[in-house]
Amino acid sequence: MNSGNRPLSPHIQVYRWQWTMLLSITHRATGIALAAGSLLLVCWLLAVASGPDAFAAVHGFVGSWFGRLLLFGWTWALLYHLFNGIRHLFWDAGIGFELPAARASGYAVVAASVAATLAVWIAGYMSAGALG
Amino acid sequence: MSARTPIARVRGLGSAKGGTHHWWMQRVTALALAPLTVWFVASLIRLVGADHAAVADWLASPLTTVLMLLLIVATFHHLQLGLQVVIEDYIHGEAAKIGCIIGVKFASFALAVAAGVAVLKVAF
Repeated sequence: MNSGNRPLSPHIQVYRWQWTMLLSITHRATGIALAAGSLLLVCWLLAVASGPDAFAAVHGFVGSWFGRLLLFGWTWALLYHLFNGIRHLFWDAGIGFELPAARASGYAVVAASVAATLAVWIAGYMSAGALG
Repeated sequence: MSARTPIARVRGLGSAKGGTHHWWMQRVTALALAPLTVWFVASLIRLVGADHAAVADWLASPLTTVLMLLLIVATFHHLQLGLQVVIEDYIHGEAAKIGCIIGVKFASFALAVAAGVAVLKVAF
């Protein structure tokens, strides 16, 4: 809709960079990364359905250093998006909107996403018997 | 310059119609995905190093098949809602914007169907 030459709100560059802004854009970035990652999920399921050869090919890629790097990144992206998404759901319910609470929950989300990512990978290697 | 007034252009497009549907469905799918994601990650941890037969066995168990199908539906619904907002925010040309949104919706639907068929093929 053409609404004429009304003044625009200032662009984000004029604001002092803040923690909560960083978490907000990271939520969007991880969402986009996870959308791309969904391709691997579909490939993996199709490979399971296609048989052992296709399955071995996908696992060969996932098991390579590059595949593991991608998977590690996606693990963190998924857990960050999950935890920060729950933070957003609390906000939607009107809980935790005060600045100190929003800042504290932000720190908690980052710490929890990093800790959970490491826990998932340690559990994964233990599950594979690599860590005894 | 249209002779129509601004109110005429927006009338009928407000919250009384589908205004909050997109927002609401993104929250509903998020709520569904929270436990499904935890289940999926926990399952993958147990499957590390498993061969094809073991993964196929896992996928073919009724509980896994159902949860996997739910995960696929919720994931791709949530995903296309989210990407639509990103496109609407950053792509301003009307034709490019509509084209991208339709492309994302088609691709999401196709991927969801492919993933669902793969799960069902293993299950049956």
